[in-house]
Amino acid sequence: MTSLPSHTDKKLGLVIDLDTCVGCHACVIACKGWNTENYGAPLADTDAYGAKPEGSFLNRVHSYEVQPETGAAQLVHFPKSCLHCDDAPCVTVCPTGASYKRVEDGIVLVNETDCIGCGLCAWACPYGAREMDPVEQVMKKCTLCVDRIYNENIPEVDRQPACVRTCPAGARHFGDLADPNSAVSQLVAERGGMDLMPEQGTKPVNKYLPPRPKDEVPEFDVLGPYLEPVAETGTGFVAWLDKTLSALPGGAK
Amino acid sequence: MHPAPSVIIFTSLSGLGFGLLFWLGLGQPAPTGWVGFGFFFIAYALAVGGLMASAFHLGHPERALKAFTQWRSSWLSREAVAAVATLVTMGIYAALLVFAGIHVAPLGWIGAVGCLATVLTTSMIYAQMKTVPRWRHWSTPALFLALSLGGGALLSNNGWAALVLLTVAAVLQLVAWFTGDTRLARSGTDIGTATGLGGRGAVRQFEPPHTGTNYLLREFVHVVGRRHAQSLRVISFGLAFVLPVLVLALGLTHVTAAIAVLSHLAGVFALRWLFFAQAEHVVGFYYDKR
Amino acid sequence: MPKDQPDLDLSPKVSDEIRKTTCYMCACRCGIDVHMKDGPDGKKQVAYIEGNRDHPVNQGVLCAKGSAGIMQHNSPARLRKPLRRTGPRGSGEFEEISWEEALQTATDWLKPIRETDPKKLAFFTGRDQSQSFTGLWAQSYGTPNYAAHGGFCSVNMAAAGIYTMGGAFWEFGQPDWDHTKLFMLFGVAEDHDSNPIKMGIGKIKARGAKMIGVNPIRTGYNAVADDWVGIRPGSDGLFILSLIHCLFKAGKLDLSYLAQFTNASVLVDEDPKSEDRGLFLRDADGQPQVIDRRTGHLAPWNGEGVEPDLAATYRHKGVTHRPVFHLMADKYLSDEYAPETVAPLCGLTPQRIHQIAAELARVAFEQEIRLDRPWTDFRGKRHEQMIGRPVSMHAMRGISAHSNGFQTCRALHVLQIILGTVEVPGGMRFKPPYPKPATAHPKPHSGVRPGEPLDGPHLGYPQGPADLCLDDAGDPVRIDKAFSWENPLSAHGMMHMVISNAHAGTPYKIDTLFMYMANMAWNSSMNTTGVTQMLTDTDANGDYVIPHIIYSDSYSSEMVAYADLILPDTTYLERHDCISLLDRPICEADAVADAIRWPVVEPDRDVRGFQSVLCELGARLDLPAFVNADGGQKYADYADYITHHIRRPGIGPLAGWRTGEKGLQHGRGEPNEAQIDQYIKNGGFWIEHVPEDCAYYKPFNTAYQDWAVKMGFYDVEQPYIFQLYVEPLRRFQAAAEGIGHRQPPEHLRERLKRVMDPLPIWYAPLEDGYADPTEFPLHALTQRPMAMYHSWGSQNAWLRQIHGVNPLFLPTKVWEANGFKPGDWAQVTSAHGAITVPVAHQASLNPDTVWTWNAIGKRKGAWALSKDAPEATKGFLLNHLIHELLPGGDDGLRYANSDPITGQAAWFDLRVKIEKTPPPDEVKPSLPSQTSPVGQGPKTLTWKIGK
Ligand SMILES: Nc1nc2c(c(=O)[nH]1)N[C@H]1C(S)=C(S)[C@@H](COP(=O)(O)OP(=O)(O)OC[C@H]3O[C@@H](n4cnc5c(=O)[nH]c(N)nc54)[C@H](O)[C@@H]3O)O[C@H]1N2
Ligand SMILES: Nc1nc2c(c(=O)[nH]1)N[C@H]1C(S)=C(S)[C@@H](COP(=O)(O)OP(=O)(O)OC[C@H]3O[C@@H](n4cnc5c(=O)[nH]c(N)nc54)[C@H](O)[C@@H]3O)O[C@H]1N2
Ligand code: SF4
Ligand code: SF4
Ligand code: SF4
Ligand code: SF4
Ligand code: SF4
Ligand SMILES: [Mo]
Repeated sequence: MTSLPSHTDKKLGLVIDLDTCVGCHACVIACKGWNTENYGAPLADTDAYGAKPEGSFLNRVHSYEVQPETGAAQLVHFPKSCLHCDDAPCVTVCPTGASYKRVEDGIVLVNETDCIGCGLCAWACPYGAREMDPVEQVMKKCTLCVDRIYNENIPEVDRQPACVRTCPAGARHFGDLADPNSAVSQLVAERGGMDLMPEQGTKPVNKYLPPRPKDEVPEFDVLGPYLEPVAETGTGFVAWLDKTLSALPGGAK
Repeated sequence: MHPAPSVIIFTSLSGLGFGLLFWLGLGQPAPTGWVGFGFFFIAYALAVGGLMASAFHLGHPERALKAFTQWRSSWLSREAVAAVATLVTMGIYAALLVFAGIHVAPLGWIGAVGCLATVLTTSMIYAQMKTVPRWRHWSTPALFLALSLGGGALLSNNGWAALVLLTVAAVLQLVAWFTGDTRLARSGTDIGTATGLGGRGAVRQFEPPHTGTNYLLREFVHVVGRRHAQSLRVISFGLAFVLPVLVLALGLTHVTAAIAVLSHLAGVFALRWLFFAQAEHVVGFYYDKR
Repeated sequence: MPKDQPDLDLSPKVSDEIRKTTCYMCACRCGIDVHMKDGPDGKKQVAYIEGNRDHPVNQGVLCAKGSAGIMQHNSPARLRKPLRRTGPRGSGEFEEISWEEALQTATDWLKPIRETDPKKLAFFTGRDQSQSFTGLWAQSYGTPNYAAHGGFCSVNMAAAGIYTMGGAFWEFGQPDWDHTKLFMLFGVAEDHDSNPIKMGIGKIKARGAKMIGVNPIRTGYNAVADDWVGIRPGSDGLFILSLIHCLFKAGKLDLSYLAQFTNASVLVDEDPKSEDRGLFLRDADGQPQVIDRRTGHLAPWNGEGVEPDLAATYRHKGVTHRPVFHLMADKYLSDEYAPETVAPLCGLTPQRIHQIAAELARVAFEQEIRLDRPWTDFRGKRHEQMIGRPVSMHAMRGISAHSNGFQTCRALHVLQIILGTVEVPGGMRFKPPYPKPATAHPKPHSGVRPGEPLDGPHLGYPQGPADLCLDDAGDPVRIDKAFSWENPLSAHGMMHMVISNAHAGTPYKIDTLFMYMANMAWNSSMNTTGVTQMLTDTDANGDYVIPHIIYSDSYSSEMVAYADLILPDTTYLERHDCISLLDRPICEADAVADAIRWPVVEPDRDVRGFQSVLCELGARLDLPAFVNADGGQKYADYADYITHHIRRPGIGPLAGWRTGEKGLQHGRGEPNEAQIDQYIKNGGFWIEHVPEDCAYYKPFNTAYQDWAVKMGFYDVEQPYIFQLYVEPLRRFQAAAEGIGHRQPPEHLRERLKRVMDPLPIWYAPLEDGYADPTEFPLHALTQRPMAMYHSWGSQNAWLRQIHGVNPLFLPTKVWEANGFKPGDWAQVTSAHGAITVPVAHQASLNPDTVWTWNAIGKRKGAWALSKDAPEATKGFLLNHLIHELLPGGDDGLRYANSDPITGQAAWFDLRVKIEKTPPPDEVKPSLPSQTSPVGQGPKTLTWKIGK
């Protein structure tokens, strides 16, 4: 049903750490693998071995360069999937009710059997989080692995999204962002978690932890205490060495 | 945005069709018999043809009926409901008029309001898109309505109305272009807000997430050359507005009317192509493209 | 409130069964859970692959390649049946033959040459994970011509590590991720230890510890580094020596560690008249001497209770002999290494070098870690605590794949050691069965006897000229010229020279080139076009110069087209493998571990595991290691070998669940029939944790030494000290000075004197001496994409969407100077050749460096891709620009484009220039298309096994 729930008790989502993501695309492929075999139609690929391969993916990793006013340019790897927005425009535009936001946990899903493949929800999403499957012609999007996170057929530790479980760098975190005490909420609070395109008014649930400051000049004086010379030449060094060694415990020769 | 032929045909034809129906609903004219049949046939051909074209845009047209369910929230659903209600209402009105010669004016008025509603809902599908700043503006519904009614007036031989409405539409089009060209830049959304990295310096794409294309790029990232777009604007403006208005101002004959109509239609197609092709979706920022 | 939501099945069944095995998409060898489901035909099929949580390597995580394993396993490029070439070499035209025919053909080629001259077989095995097995096969065959890909991969790293500290980074050591406070990473894009490095970086990030990335290119790991040192390629050695200079000058050195655990205190013979000058003073037992601080007299380095003195000298017959530490001070305090001198050459500022030196000193000496774990060293001294200096370092090919890489890697180890950060809490730690000093490794063997096995293992660590593989005339015995004066310490062989030498007939011609999983006609070779010409070249009679080529691949690679006989291998999910302690094990610093692969699915094609094929071929050739006393085939297949082979008494390929007197035991023991089943039951691997008191100081720690002997890593305790000064290098240098009877050829003397310095030095990359730096001002590099594996990733329908083309990335300076715009192309020229390729801009890049992703470019017709695949039309190899030989110098001789010490291929020495060109139709050079023996992949994929 297309209207948004007025309130969800839980806001399940991801927290993605841009300071840690090394851009390995592991989450992209784990997601493709899980969601090809599970929820809904397989994520298809066309011209798979040809000149223009094109498949549906629910998660993609961009990379950007930032040129600060002074200092070296920085590079940021940037994974992006559905942000499970509180004010999800993709849901309200859907003419069929195929797109909906779950009342229980706020997960935004597409009910593929209702989807007419009009594409409007993808138009409404500012983040490019929805892709039409090239074969099945229904809208595909991140399910937050709804078929994993509650799945009683898998061990409890594994009840988290495929992309989170696989991320080698631990740059992806999953949890309830409505609960201020959850690990994810605390990370967001500590590290200044941010919204993407806040001005679009979508109120994303997923948050991004900004990269930490880079290339900072150390606070201490570099030549000061640490690099104070004890010797300039081999001979001077040996003299210093003799002195220092004799001062060490059990030192006197 | 990808200027898909199906949506261009849909919005252009159904706009004209509902525009024509609007005038017919107002009883301007209220033709009966074969003439009536002709008018209504053209109107229905345009409106229904347009709607059918839009169905080609769907991945699953066989499920199209589901699109009627979400009228409380979805402009597309509202449009579907409005279009069908209007076509049914106008169908009854037309049948009575054409086959029985009975003119039930209030039914026509209701139908005419339905036409307005249908065109408005169509336009709102686009105007609601916060993701496409160029569209998200009062000029979008205004222009859709003016074009629809103006084109309808032209088709229905309401010369003066057509003259006025097409002039209004022309002005609206200029407003849409001039304000639209900078709206993305003024929207407050840029690659900096898209990535959240804007505060640290100038952001540019290093590598895209995939080397080939994908649905998003094909659907939302359509780059039209600026020079190309400018000349197309001039041509489409001339065809859609200037020529028909000149013809209208000089007075209509069968031949000039046909020229005006065809010119207008071609112009509207071109305008719609530009409407989509020039519309920048904010998702383009993620690919450092617009 | 919304009315109804669809009812979802929140607990769908994930699979019918989980089979646990080991990933093969790279050498990291992570554990995987392969989820099986019944397919439409009722047979179990692979439905989903995820990481094995219990596995020591990846602890559940999996990289993109690993997760895409399902696409690799089902690739349309899989070979289906043995093939015999029908068209000319390179055409890709083949006919399918039976295994009987294939094995008979191989036997017919190999048997006669074994009986006459086993050297005529060159058997090289690429990125082999079964080297202890293939090496045994080659040894038993009797050819000296065996090695895997290490020589062109990272032998500098491995050899420098082994010679200096008995273990390297690579897969053999890792930072103490849980304790380190400052992590410095040199020249790594991805590495073999892919997942553990990412997990480690994640850990230090989570703790807020600091990471410094030293790399001309700021992507991947270097992008997340807190500090980026965008160094000029090939200059790391200078930068590191400058850090050493600063630390010496400030006395920020761990003197106690240096005195006890390194040869800084060992005395060097400085008698100018002695043949032993530059070698260690030794006692009658041959033990290097130190001065004992307790007595002030000479004592062996390892004597009971000895307290080696770092400062004391020894005067004898009028000559003062000084400890290594004095020599180091002399050398490294020189202004030659002052930041002010080296910074411009490194593309850095002096300030930056000072900053980093200060940071190292601060963390090492102010943030010391003390663990309350008493331990006893090999001199019998008890230490109440394990003291750690939480600075850790890691490096890989960025510093090793240069012609000065060996000495650069040595410099880095010396830097770590003077800070006291190796094998200590917070520093760098070895993974068992390392550490193991160079002297505990074999020496190279090349004794050839017709019809007989070789006289010993092929590869090893020479201790001096006596250990080279030379014939009586002083010429190389090996076809790759490994262990010759040109590259004396080529511990991993020099696979990149095999085809070129065999083609040139130097040192001799061969009959059969037998290769396994190495794409030598493409990405594994320098000078790709030239190599394909050598493979297809014919002599005056019209016969191929290299008469027979046998190749084993699983897929329709570029190399397949150049072979005469193809032995199709299975995919990694269809065969037995063992990842053995005898090879490159999967251990972590805290655990010893090994693993297997097993057929979690049966092949649906007529293919066989290559190792099983070798078991049969070995028997057909009557190789002693592969036949029983009665002459019958000894090992039915590889699984049989894995279970029953005995390397040394009690030691076999797998260490887990061996048979002991009181039942099953680990480490040593007799074969166990059910061993493989035990592994399968345990998730595909065996692990035993390093006891707590053995966790650090391993080379010096008696508890560790005892445990290592118990586990079977070696047969007697062998504590050692780190070799800041590497004596074997001095022996080669001395030979070049004219000492000793095995003498280098004249033309190599000067070079050997210079490069074989027993203390780390820096010299400019050799190509700089040949390619005019003004004409070729830019350094050209490649990086591994994290989501692609060499040449073999492009057959993967998912991965190729991420990396289907590779632009050459240009720094802002070059981008702007040439007026490049997105979508532009350029011609890139080196001293050797030219290519025309697409370009792109990167600001976070050293201003004198250009680079691209490695091995995205493919030959048309390979890998079951369509001929217009982007990999073939826009993707390119940089290898066309890199020659396997350096340009001719003044002496008219052409040397291998390799490190003069180890023979490591100098991929990253390449220099180029760049010119803008109008976009061509496709990249240049464009090689003609090869016929695909497997057809082309399907159009559309909708992969789903479940309903
Ligand atoms: N995903 C993936 N993983 C792989 C592989 C793969 O193909 N794909 N291949 C495997 C194999 S066989 C190997 S050998 C390893 C290699 O793994 P890496 O050692 O990471 O090798 P490269 O990717 O070649 O990266 C070399 C790095 O060194 C940098 N570099 C080059 N020259 C210099 C220099 O002079 N100084 C410094 N400081 N840096 C420099 C380059 O910028 C680059 O970042 O990866 C293994 N892992
Ligand atoms: N320019 C440049 N060139 C480089 C490098 C660089 O940094 N820059 N790096 C070099 C290095 S370090 C390396 S290791 C090489 C690697 O370069 P490649 O030789 O391309 O290595 P792989 O991709 O491992 O492929 C070897 C072959 O093994 C086959 N294969 C895969 N799985 C199996 C199997 O299970 N069985 C069998 N029998 N065959 C299999 C593949 O199909 C492939 O044909 O590239 C080298 N080339
Ligand atoms: S990210 Fe896009 S698809 Fe996801 S909820 Fe928000 S608007 Fe909808
Ligand atoms: S594509 Fe499907 S989910 Fe999206 S708006 Fe249309 S019907 Fe709804
Ligand atoms: S939560 Fe699941 S569906 Fe969403 S991006 Fe991660 S793996 Fe894909
Ligand atoms: S798996 Fe983790 S580190 Fe890799 S791209 Fe995804 S978020 Fe980044
Ligand atoms: S790092 Fe990736 S490809 Fe390599 S073994 Fe592990 S999962 Fe497989
Ligand atoms: Mo390698």
